Amino acid sequence: TRRISLQKSPLQTIGEEQTQNPYTELLVLKAHHDIVRFLVQLDDYRFASAGDDGIVVVWNAQTGEKLLELNGHTQKITAIITFPSLESCEEKNQLILTASADRTVIVWDSDTGRQVQRISCFQSTVKCLTVLQRLDVWLSGGNDLCVWNRKLDLLCKTSHLSDTGISALVEIPKNCVVAAVGKELIIFRLVAPTEGSLEWDILEIKHLLDHQDNILSLINVNDLSFVTGSHIGELIIWDALDWTMQAYERNFWDPSPQLDTQQEIKLCQKSNDISIHHFTCDEENVFAAVGRGLYVYNLHMKRVIACQKTAHDSSVLHIAKLPNRQLISCSEDGSVRIWELREKQQLAAEPVPTGFFNMWGFGRVNKQASQPVKKQQENATSCSLELIGDLIGHSSSVEMFLYFEDHGLVTCSADHLIILWKNGERESGLRSLRLFQKLEENGDLYLAV
Amino acid sequence: MISAPDVVAFTKEEEYEEEPYNEPALPEEYSVPLFPFANQGANPWSKLSGAKFSRDFILISEFSEQVGPQPLLTIPNDTKVFGTFDLNYFSLRIMSVDYQASFVGHPPGSAYPKLNFVEDSKVVLGDSKEGAFAYVHHLTLYDLEARGFVRPFCMAYISADQHKIMQQFQELSAEFSRASECLKTGNRKAFAGELEKKLKDLDYTRTVLHTETEIQKKANDKGFYSSQAIEKANELASVEKSIIEHQDLLKQIRSYPHRKLKGCDLCPGEMEHIQDQASQASTTSNPDESADTDLYTCRPAYTPKLIKAKSTKCFDKKLKTLEELCDTEYFTQTLTQLSHIEHMFRGDLCYLLTSQIDRALLKQQHITNFLFEDFVEVDDRMVEKQESIPSKPSQDRPPSRSLEECPIPKVLISVGSYKSSVESVLIKMEQELGDEEYKEVEVTELSSFDPQENLDYLDMDMKGSISSGESIEVLGTEKSTSVLSKSDSQASLTVPLSPQVVRSKAVSHRTISEDSIEVLSTCPSEALIPDDFKASYPSAINEEESYPDGNEGAIHFQASISPPELGETEEGSMENTPSQIDSCCIGKESDGQLVLPSSPAHTHSDEDGVVSSPPQRHRQKDQGFRVDFSMENASPSSRDDSCEGFPAYELDPSHLLANRDISKTSLDNYSDTTSYVSSVASTSSDRIPSAYPAGLSSDRHKKRAGQNALKFIRQYPFAHPAIYSLLSGRTLVVLGEDEAIVRKLVTALAIFVPSYGCYAKPVKHWASSPLHIMDFQKWKLIGLQRVASPAGAGTLHALSRYSRYTSILDLDNKTLRCPLYRGTLVPRLADHRTQIKRGSTYYLHVQSMLTQLCSKAFVYTFCHHLHLPTHDKETEELLASRQASFLKLTLGLVNEDVRVVQYLAELLKLHYMQESPGTSHPMLGFDYVPSFLYKI
Repeated sequence: TRRISLQKSPLQTIGEEQTQNPYTELLVLKAHHDIVRFLVQLDDYRFASAGDDGIVVVWNAQTGEKLLELNGHTQKITAIITFPSLESCEEKNQLILTASADRTVIVWDSDTGRQVQRISCFQSTVKCLTVLQRLDVWLSGGNDLCVWNRKLDLLCKTSHLSDTGISALVEIPKNCVVAAVGKELIIFRLVAPTEGSLEWDILEIKHLLDHQDNILSLINVNDLSFVTGSHIGELIIWDALDWTMQAYERNFWDPSPQLDTQQEIKLCQKSNDISIHHFTCDEENVFAAVGRGLYVYNLHMKRVIACQKTAHDSSVLHIAKLPNRQLISCSEDGSVRIWELREKQQLAAEPVPTGFFNMWGFGRVNKQASQPVKKQQENATSCSLELIGDLIGHSSSVEMFLYFEDHGLVTCSADHLIILWKNGERESGLRSLRLFQKLEENGDLYLAV
Repeated sequence: MISAPDVVAFTKEEEYEEEPYNEPALPEEYSVPLFPFANQGANPWSKLSGAKFSRDFILISEFSEQVGPQPLLTIPNDTKVFGTFDLNYFSLRIMSVDYQASFVGHPPGSAYPKLNFVEDSKVVLGDSKEGAFAYVHHLTLYDLEARGFVRPFCMAYISADQHKIMQQFQELSAEFSRASECLKTGNRKAFAGELEKKLKDLDYTRTVLHTETEIQKKANDKGFYSSQAIEKANELASVEKSIIEHQDLLKQIRSYPHRKLKGCDLCPGEMEHIQDQASQASTTSNPDESADTDLYTCRPAYTPKLIKAKSTKCFDKKLKTLEELCDTEYFTQTLTQLSHIEHMFRGDLCYLLTSQIDRALLKQQHITNFLFEDFVEVDDRMVEKQESIPSKPSQDRPPSRSLEECPIPKVLISVGSYKSSVESVLIKMEQELGDEEYKEVEVTELSSFDPQENLDYLDMDMKGSISSGESIEVLGTEKSTSVLSKSDSQASLTVPLSPQVVRSKAVSHRTISEDSIEVLSTCPSEALIPDDFKASYPSAINEEESYPDGNEGAIHFQASISPPELGETEEGSMENTPSQIDSCCIGKESDGQLVLPSSPAHTHSDEDGVVSSPPQRHRQKDQGFRVDFSMENASPSSRDDSCEGFPAYELDPSHLLANRDISKTSLDNYSDTTSYVSSVASTSSDRIPSAYPAGLSSDRHKKRAGQNALKFIRQYPFAHPAIYSLLSGRTLVVLGEDEAIVRKLVTALAIFVPSYGCYAKPVKHWASSPLHIMDFQKWKLIGLQRVASPAGAGTLHALSRYSRYTSILDLDNKTLRCPLYRGTLVPRLADHRTQIKRGSTYYLHVQSMLTQLCSKAFVYTFCHHLHLPTHDKETEELLASRQASFLKLTLGLVNEDVRVVQYLAELLKLHYMQESPGTSHPMLGFDYVPSFLYKI
């Protein structure tokens, strides 16, 4: 039943019996009154949530207790990031930086909820924030790119880049950052003050114009490479040092001229189906959320080793790889699904999904793209993504989730809710532990001699 | 509720009055004459034979200085209740036992009249001719126009069941004291007002007289005073004297020892005021003063009148009514209190006792009882709040105060032998006073004193003298009980008396009065239980008697298995004892307070090794009884609320607000023809025996719920998995088109829903919008509207989306979709072939089964080795297997029953650890198990 069929790709379902699903307890957290879009981990037990209502809420992931509510923004929050405290100065608390559509960035003390500072000199909405911890600076990306230090002094900024603004920003080696601006990738280099010059500076080094459409996702794979994904399903792996393409896949969308008009309409509707919303990766693989599907791209083999074309009913918004070969995905359909990457021995009889990218091709195989790939697959082990559980709770699109090793999973959604999913068995044990601790504190614990 | 089904025979439903009671034929040797009037052929529950009234009522009488004893009013105020019973005659009887020399006059050595703040007296008397027995509570009110400024009144609880009066003596006394205190507070207020007016009058009169005298002086230049002038001067002098006297009286009434108000017997209106006082006590240097000014200052403007020299004869004027004497507000409050008393003691004695025992036992289960009991938590909290209040003021009283304050007339005897007995008692009390050691023992004994024993004991006394043939018999004053026990009923005391008891007997010799009126038992005041009375309880014996072994198996089980629980209980009793004493004997507890904290602690350490539960239980139980009364105190409004049915909601407005409305409307589900509220409001409704305010409503509720649950079990073959869903915390959605039917079933099934520890069950009776994930976290039983329109599609879609969290009972299609159940617990709980026919019986059955289940959950939760590894290297698997085998082998749980206990255990853990219960909803736990569709 879980075999991938080329003709049709029905949504894989799992019954009510989910023996491998550890999440048997949930706690609904309600504090927001609009879409909750961001979750950020503060430490081992705390996280912050933010969204369209402009408030930031700090939660205890263990108890679900609401710790702080940070009010300051007048419009929706567009980016949130934590600025870890420096090892050297211990008195400093961890900071939370939030950018909002009200064209401000507010710096918060994550322990007290105090508003440390508010920056409102922006010409445009800041859409992304990144911290370069090594240099102890942070960058804000809107229509231009600004560099700030911990004391919130503006160190330097670029000229106006584009009206659409920077959609994604990551740090790459050699004091460089890469910014996604529309279809373009721009490499900037930060010049830190040296003995020669006391000024910070930021230089545009290179423009990469290989994407055909807007870049939606950008992450670092490792120290040597980063990956980008575009609206029309182009996946490019770049060398982080010389900014050349290491791999390029753009066969997601293959608008065949033979398609009749009806199909073309269908295609247009489905164009969203191949946009790459999110990446996650481990040492071997890049996991991509492509439309409604999930794809696992192996970095060594340079090919897709497993996929779920219809992992969800609608677009997958966020994915994460857990240490135990598990992949979690959340989607606009309101569900969260837990997958396991299983190696399977390739059977000759079973047709391998040819060419990862033409699976969207309505049953037709793109010969050109698939031929070399198929050859590679023949003597390699392949993997499969097996659905081992789903979490049903949200009534609207699940925007993001956060995984705590000790406390379970936190999901946030357009239904204004945050849900804390926990391992019921473990929680039960912890409750017992606390119960006996309390008994002992009260002096009510009698142990048989 | 711990009541076993076998007590059900005694529970009363309204039908029984019609049904003839078929007495089973017993062999001669087993037939015990249970009831004194049984030989008259009537069943003991029909109409209490011999009595001329149909049921218990309260009578207020006055000893009028104009016409003598006269009945004033009865509660309920319904001639049908007392029927042909001669109220006038009985008023004469009850007023004639009043001992009170609450005498205002000029005591020797005092220049002005002195007001005595007389304690109330409490007498039990019987009139075998009338078949009436009464608890009589005498009190004195002040009236400026009355002879000696006093008006003697009495309130009597009249019942045909003498055992009821005797056995509920403590409770009656406490309740009536509250009513009396309310009357007296109002009276003091009114009296002070009267005095103020009178003073103004006098002042005005003096001014007028003074002017007249001056005029006469001026007019008179002859050098001598005319007789007219002399008369005026005398008049003026007497007015002056009168002013001083009245000022003194006013001072006296205002200086009424305020701490009395702070005792437990507060009238409801005063309560908040006093609570404020208590909280301010640390900051305010003299709380009494401020209270007094509060109480007596605000008076409306008053135009003084001239007082004529010759006052009218008292027979010429109409005496003030009780209402006028007491200030309307307080009078109304008193009437409310009295009708509360009437409600509280309605019904058969054994029911009263059972429910009292039941409540007392429930108190012991404070860790688990939140799961299935109604509003127990509320009680506890109220009590905790209450406890701090009464103990405080009494502690700063000097220990000897009680004796100073309780002068001779405290001891109550029949009128004839008043003097002699007073003497003997006085001597005795002095002896006791000198004996500190002795006192200590008494106090400890008091703490384990059981009202029921009291009764048995007094019963014995009564039997000795019941044959006296007099129309009203005094069967003993409490001062004489120990004597009686020695002379008449020693034979029945098989266990050797403890030294203390013997000693107490030795000091309390007194002859019994041989009057034509015999007093069964008296308690001189709410403030005083005489020491020999306390000491003379052979409590050790009675404990054995009143608690047959094996009766409460579950309790024994708990006590012996779990030391932590035991410790808790003991601690609880320790904390509670002071308040308990407070509530029953204000005058004496000053001694008790000093001693008490140490003695239970001592017991505690003694019992560390050997678990001996009976004494604790008694202490607990005692506490339980008092607790109810004090709870009443703490929430003056609770009675009103109870008429609405759900007092608990008042207490936590922040939580489950919506639920309150739902529950209110859900009351309709229980009523057949009449509206629920009206039936409660009318005093002629069913007997509502519980002393619990909540009981007023829940009794009827329980019955209906039980009936409907029984119906459900018989009607639906898949009742078991549905009930299993409820017990294991999987939300059951009852889907249907007809709101009334859905609500009815939801109300019935709610009896199986464990609470989170909040004040209300997590039950939503009726929802019409699509369900949300929050609903499953919040509610464990939901009545859901099925809508045929497209809007309904959303509802059904949500249901199918969240199907893993719910079981769905479709009433329209008669299907159930839920996980499989193969346990043995639910079949016992809900046997469709059960012989139980009545709703209330079934409710009791369910409660007793659930209590058993709770005890299993308790043991499982609090067994240390089941949840924590015994050593570091122990794996989780080993722990899990130990848990599994405990659940299976030790607790005897089969298959899915394990899930039920596990769920309850989680709730117990959460509840135990919650600092402030009810603040949040617990997590939603669920299983990934397949569901099945059941059809009829």
